[in-house]
Amino acid sequence: MTNSITDLGQADCFLITGTNTTENHPVISTFIKRAVTQRGAKLILADPRNIELGKFAAIWLRQKPGSDVAWINGLMNVIISEGLLNEKFVAERTENFEALKNTVAKYTPEYVEKISGIPAEDLKKAARLYAKSGASAIVYAMGITQHINGTDNVKSLANLSMLTGQIGRPGTGVNPLRGQNNVQGACDMACLPGNLPAYKKVTEAADRKPFEEAWGVSLPDKPGLTIPKIIDGAGDGTVKALYVMGENPMMSDPDLAHVEKALANLDLLIVQDIFLNETGNLAHVVLPTAGWAEKDGTYTNTERRVQRIRKAVNAPGESKPDWEVITLLANKLGAGWNYASAQEVFEEVRKVTVSYAGITYDRIESEGIQWPCPNTEHPGTPILHAAAFTRGKGLFSVCEHIDPAELPDSEYPLLLSTGRILYQYHTATMSRRSKGLVSRTPQPFVEIHPEDAAKLGIAHGDRIEVSSRRGAIEVVAEVNGRCDKGVVFIPFHYSEAAVNRLTNAVFDPVANIPEYKVSAVKIKKVA
Amino acid sequence: MVITIDGKKCEFAAGQTVYQVAKANGIYIPVLCHHEQIKPVGACRVCVVEVEKARSLVASCAMPAEDGMVVQTNTPRVLSSRKLSVELLMTQGHHKCITCESSGDCVLQDLAYSLGVESPRFEEPAAYRELEQANEMIVRDMNKCVLCGLCVRACNEVQVNQVLDYTGRGPTAAVGPAFGLKYEDSDCVFCGECVRVCPVGALFEKQGRFQGRGDDLQKVRNTCAYCGVGCQLDVNIKDNRIVKITTPREGAPAPNYGSLCIKGRFGHDFVGHADRLTTPLIRVDGELKEATWDEAILYVAEKLNTIKKEHGSDAIAGLSSARCTNEENYLFQKFLRAVIGTNNVDHCARL
Repeated sequence: MTNSITDLGQADCFLITGTNTTENHPVISTFIKRAVTQRGAKLILADPRNIELGKFAAIWLRQKPGSDVAWINGLMNVIISEGLLNEKFVAERTENFEALKNTVAKYTPEYVEKISGIPAEDLKKAARLYAKSGASAIVYAMGITQHINGTDNVKSLANLSMLTGQIGRPGTGVNPLRGQNNVQGACDMACLPGNLPAYKKVTEAADRKPFEEAWGVSLPDKPGLTIPKIIDGAGDGTVKALYVMGENPMMSDPDLAHVEKALANLDLLIVQDIFLNETGNLAHVVLPTAGWAEKDGTYTNTERRVQRIRKAVNAPGESKPDWEVITLLANKLGAGWNYASAQEVFEEVRKVTVSYAGITYDRIESEGIQWPCPNTEHPGTPILHAAAFTRGKGLFSVCEHIDPAELPDSEYPLLLSTGRILYQYHTATMSRRSKGLVSRTPQPFVEIHPEDAAKLGIAHGDRIEVSSRRGAIEVVAEVNGRCDKGVVFIPFHYSEAAVNRLTNAVFDPVANIPEYKVSAVKIKKVA
Repeated sequence: MVITIDGKKCEFAAGQTVYQVAKANGIYIPVLCHHEQIKPVGACRVCVVEVEKARSLVASCAMPAEDGMVVQTNTPRVLSSRKLSVELLMTQGHHKCITCESSGDCVLQDLAYSLGVESPRFEEPAAYRELEQANEMIVRDMNKCVLCGLCVRACNEVQVNQVLDYTGRGPTAAVGPAFGLKYEDSDCVFCGECVRVCPVGALFEKQGRFQGRGDDLQKVRNTCAYCGVGCQLDVNIKDNRIVKITTPREGAPAPNYGSLCIKGRFGHDFVGHADRLTTPLIRVDGELKEATWDEAILYVAEKLNTIKKEHGSDAIAGLSSARCTNEENYLFQKFLRAVIGTNNVDHCARL
C-alpha cells in the first residue's frame, strides 16, 4: 500500500475494485465502512460480483470480468474531457501525459460500455466523484492482478491516481491489499527470481556487490525462474530438484493435472511444512517445521509494517523452525552459517536491506514500523511518494484493453472466476483444521445466477459437475445473485474439488500471474 | 481550558468528556457501558460524578468538559448512586462468578468488590435462561448480560456488521440478532468484536471454556497467521497449549486496534491439531517413512550435491512461503543464491 490502513479512514472517496474486502481483509473493510457510515465518505465499487461492500456503495460499476483497462481508461477519458485532472500535479510530478491522453481518447464512456457493460452515465458519475473528492483512495486486490494483463490493470490504476493527484497525501493512494500474512515480507526479502533484498536487481553488478561482500560468495547474474516456469522446467526435465518451504503448489497453481505430472518428474522434491499437504504427498523428503506461535520472527504486513511474531508454545515432536532447518541444510553443504536465533538473522537482514536498516526487535516490541526506515532514529514511512516517486517523476503508462485468453463459447458457455471466502483460507491446510471455520463452510460450492440455474434445471443445493478444457470437479450449487448471468464463482480452498483443475495456465507476461479470474467452463447436474 | 477534578486543575481540549480528562490526569472513574472506540451513551450510570451547580449527578463518560467546571468523583452521594446502579445491574441476571470465564477480568465483579456489594438488596429474577452454545465459537449467557449495549454498538459502530440490536422492552429487553435469531442463524460473521467489548461474562469464547481464566493464562502478543492485514492479537496459553485468542479491550495497537475477523479470533486451533507433522519423513519403496533429522538432512544434501554436479545449479529451484517469517524467507533465498548458486527462487505472491 502506498498509504496506511489507519489512513484509509481519512479518505473522502474510495474506488474499490477487485477486492472482496469484507471477506478477504475483513478488518481493513471496517475502516472503509466506518468512513462511509460515520464520515460520509463515498464509495465507488467496481466489481463483477454483488459483494457485501455494495451495500455501502454510492456507485456500483459492474464490469465484465477482464475489462478493467477499458473502464479505468474510461474514467480518465471523462476526467480529461471534463477538465477534472490535476494539472499542477501532472505538470510537476509526472511525465508522458500526452501519450496517456492520446491513448484514453478513444475510451469514451459509450465505447467502454460496449466492452465492459458499465452504463456510460455511471462511469461519468464515478469519474467525477473520484476526481473531485478531496482525498480519494484506490483499494484493489487480486481481482485486478489475476489476469493476463494484470500488470496493465495496476498501471492503469496508478495512471488514474497520478492524473488526479490522488496520491502522496493522507486518504489517497494506490493500495493493494496483500493476501497472506507475510507476502510483502517474502517479496522484500527477495524470494523472487530477479531480485535481491530490498528489490535490488540480480542482473546489476553494482546491486549484487554488497551482497557478495556480505555473504562472501559470487552470485549468479541470470534471473531465475518464476513458479510457472519452475513447474514447466520440472515437467521438461530441466529442473531436477525442487525445495518447497511452506507452499502447496498442488492446490494453488493453475491446471493441477499439469503440475502433478511435472512434480512427479522431479529427481528430488523436498517439502518443508507443518502438515502433510497435497504437495507433501508427492515428496521424496518431508521436513516438519514449527508453525505459527511456535517460533520467533517478523512478518511485514500489507502497509509495509514490520511486526513481531513470538514463540508462545513448543512445536510438536521434533519439528524445528524453518530458519533452523535451512541453516542445518546450508551447513551440511558447507556454508558455515552461524545463527543462534531469529533475531540474529534479522540483524543480518538489517545490514543488507536498506529499507529495513532502522528497524530492530527492540523498536518494534510494542508496535511495528513501516518501511522504508533507513536508520534507527527514523520513525518509518506511513505514506509513500509524498514528495517524489521512487524513479523521480511518475511515468504514465500506455495501456490498451485486450480480451482475456479464454472466453466462454458454445461448448464452455460460462465464465469462471475463482477466489477466496471469509471462512476459509488459501489452500485451507490451516483453516480446514479449525473447528469454527469448518463449521461455517464445510463443503465446496459454486455460486451461480438464478437464471442460469433455472435454464439448466439446477436447484440450490444440487450437486453439480463443473468442467473446463483441463478438468472437472464436483461441487454444490449455491444459487444466488452474487454473480452476474453467465458468470460463476468457485473458491479455491477445497482439495476434493480443487478449482485449479479447471483454471487456465495462462499468465501476465510481466508478472507471471495466472488468469484466475477468467476461464471458460460448463456445468451439469450430477445424476 | 481547565476543569477541576477532585481539587486537581486539569487542562483539556475541546470535545473531551469529563471522563476522558480524568483518565488523562490519572483520576479513576469507573465505567462499564463505555468504550474508547464507541460513542458514549451514559446508560449504566456507574461513571456518575458530582458537578458543581448541576442539578443532578452526571454521567462523566457522556458529559463534555467545560471551562471552569468543578467535578467531584468520590463524594458520598456519588458512591451511593454508583452502588445502587451496581446493585440494579447485578439484579438483572444471575451472576455466578464461580464458573464464569470472565471472573478476574470482569468490570461488574470489580465494581461490586470495590463498592462492597456482597449481594444486592433486590431479588434476582427467577428464570434462568439456557446458554446459547450450539456454534463452535461464541457462547452467549444472557443470564450475565447487563444490557450495557456495548456488543450492539461495537457490531454497528466498530465492525459495521449491522447484525446486533436491542430487542424487547422492560423485563424482556435483550441484545442480539434480529427476530431473536441465534448467532449462527443470523448474518453474524463471527468477528467476535462483541466478545471483545463485553464487560462481563455474557459473551465468551467457546473453545476456551473451562480451560483457564484470568491470571491462569499467559498472554503472548503475536501477529495473526492469516491475511496481510497483520492484526495484532494475544495468544492465551496455559500448560503449553493455546487456549484462546484475545485482543486488549482498550488501548490496542495499530493496525487493527483490537478488531479481528473470524479467522484471527477463532481460526488458530490448527496449531495444536493432531495432523501436525512431528518427524522428518523419507520416501522408501514408494512410501514416506519416519527418519531422524540427521538422516533427512544428509539425504537432501547428498542429492542436491549430485544434481548440482551433474546438471548445474540451475537444475535446482526453491519455492518459498508468504506464510514464513522475514528471517526464514531471507535465509531461504540466501540458501538458493549463495549456497546452491541459482536465482531460481519464487513464492506464491501471485496466487
